[in-house]
Amino acid sequence: MAYFNGVVGVAEQRNGKLQSTSLEVLTVARKVADDLGTEVTAILLGSSDGDTLAERGANRVWMVSAPELEHFQAGVYNQVLGHLLAELKPEVIVGAATIAGKALFGRLAANLGTGLVSDAVAIETDKEKRTVAVTRSVYGGNAMAQWVVRTLPQIITIRSKVYGEAKPKGEKGEVIQKDVPRELFSSPAKWLKSAEEQGQSVNLNQADIIVSGGRGLRGPENFALIDGLANAFGGAVGASRAAVDAGWISYAHQVGQTGKTVNPKLYVACGISGAIQHLAGMQSSKCIVAINKDPEAPIFKIATYGIVGDLFAVVPALTQKLKAQNE
Amino acid sequence: MNIVVCVKQVPDTATIRFESEAERVDISGATLIVNPMDEYALEAGLRLREEYGGKVTAISLGSKETEETLRTALALGIDEGILISDPLFEGNDAYVTSYVLAQAIKKLGLFHLVLFGKSSSDSDTGWTGPAVAEFLGIPDVTFVKKIEEISESRARVQRMMEEGYDLIETSLPAVFTVVKEINEPRLPSLKGKLKAKSHKIPIWTANDLDLDSTKIGKAGAKCEPLRVWVPEARKGGTFFQGEPEDVAAQLVQALKKQQII
Repeated sequence: MAYFNGVVGVAEQRNGKLQSTSLEVLTVARKVADDLGTEVTAILLGSSDGDTLAERGANRVWMVSAPELEHFQAGVYNQVLGHLLAELKPEVIVGAATIAGKALFGRLAANLGTGLVSDAVAIETDKEKRTVAVTRSVYGGNAMAQWVVRTLPQIITIRSKVYGEAKPKGEKGEVIQKDVPRELFSSPAKWLKSAEEQGQSVNLNQADIIVSGGRGLRGPENFALIDGLANAFGGAVGASRAAVDAGWISYAHQVGQTGKTVNPKLYVACGISGAIQHLAGMQSSKCIVAINKDPEAPIFKIATYGIVGDLFAVVPALTQKLKAQNE
Repeated sequence: MNIVVCVKQVPDTATIRFESEAERVDISGATLIVNPMDEYALEAGLRLREEYGGKVTAISLGSKETEETLRTALALGIDEGILISDPLFEGNDAYVTSYVLAQAIKKLGLFHLVLFGKSSSDSDTGWTGPAVAEFLGIPDVTFVKKIEEISESRARVQRMMEEGYDLIETSLPAVFTVVKEINEPRLPSLKGKLKAKSHKIPIWTANDLDLDSTKIGKAGAKCEPLRVWVPEARKGGTFFQGEPEDVAAQLVQALKKQQII
């Protein structure tokens, strides 16, 4: 199997900005490569910051620039990556389980005729067999499963905020601009434009701190309290299904089984009782704070810190306290 | 417009027994339901049929019990349900499942759109839809939150992204995976339920599909499960009591001490 060699980390850019999850991907790619005694090639499609990848652990960075690659297009990315990977023939491919990653790597696995284990929260390299066992959560985070890809290349995507970002190393890898055949840039599904969500920050997967509101808020206007606390923390705004279904806040904020799975350093649940479907989306957060007036609310069973009380009094007090600290 | 909806039967997470000491997930007593995200895919299919005419066919790969999932879909108003079931499919991973579904869709003949929920509540991989599209050689758009325009040959849709959405134009046939924001699923009517009871659900086995027998089941799987376990349940921690200002101060102090803020 010497035919396959090396580890590829697939980086991601949005509007030219290298995504922080790409540095997490690099951490994992570097670790697997070190375990296997091999090298890391980072691939970055679209114009962005390849130097940072080269400074932080990639032995080389392959960049492809073209107008068609500036914005994520699953079909085009799949074709271009497939072409580059045919040349590299890596043993392992590491990517991020972002929305784009989820779109891309399933297609890529079918394209390459190989397996994919997505959303890794832990990895274990077997140096002899040269395989990577991947742990992922199943059944809404209530159980864990360990899988291994038994074909090459082994594709792994990692969940955000599990691994640290790769730090600058002493030496710098090479940044190489690659040319690929132009026909790879055309696909029947085309990006037309991107629109940002108005108002609160919704990038829950990249947020270190998330403040979420639920039914206990009693109405859409009271999300202002959640916004205020999220701002004081420098975090993003989440919501329970009840709040989203009531139309108080958009679906992009929903945390839980039918919404987003998040893994922040701190998750503050305000007026959220903690249905199993909500817990499914947030129970791996490092620290959970629950503020709820019902002492029997299931959320308290998993909260690191619990406050039984009226959120309409506690949340403003907490916001004030944080603001005072920040000044 | 001919629409295929791929549905999965899953155990309702709330009814599964997670035994952390025995390191066991017991789904034997769990209620089997339509994967919650697939309800949005079924609803999207039904709404498109109501607006543009045509036919909605649901297909599901699973054991014989999966027939119930298709009956639920029939009760909602889909036209046909096809069960893809064969002991030879035991040990399928997401890759093989995608391959089999793609072959089943080919057998159905003319279609314009294949719909999936964004992911399943049990394994939550979310990659079957894109992989089916690749096997069929057609485009896909994942996390579709709104269909702005659609005809039998083209569609313009909004794909949810982390910080908003991307507007994507694609030719059809295509695969879409949908998120909850796309619609609010209907409930089955009494009439629908009665009709679904007697509706014939064909079963397609491996023999009925054009499949390479070495590429299915455990032998064809690209991924191998090593083990499943239940992590120790997360425990509740410290409660803070007192006036709002006091609990706020205690919490901030604790978070600082833990270097969280």
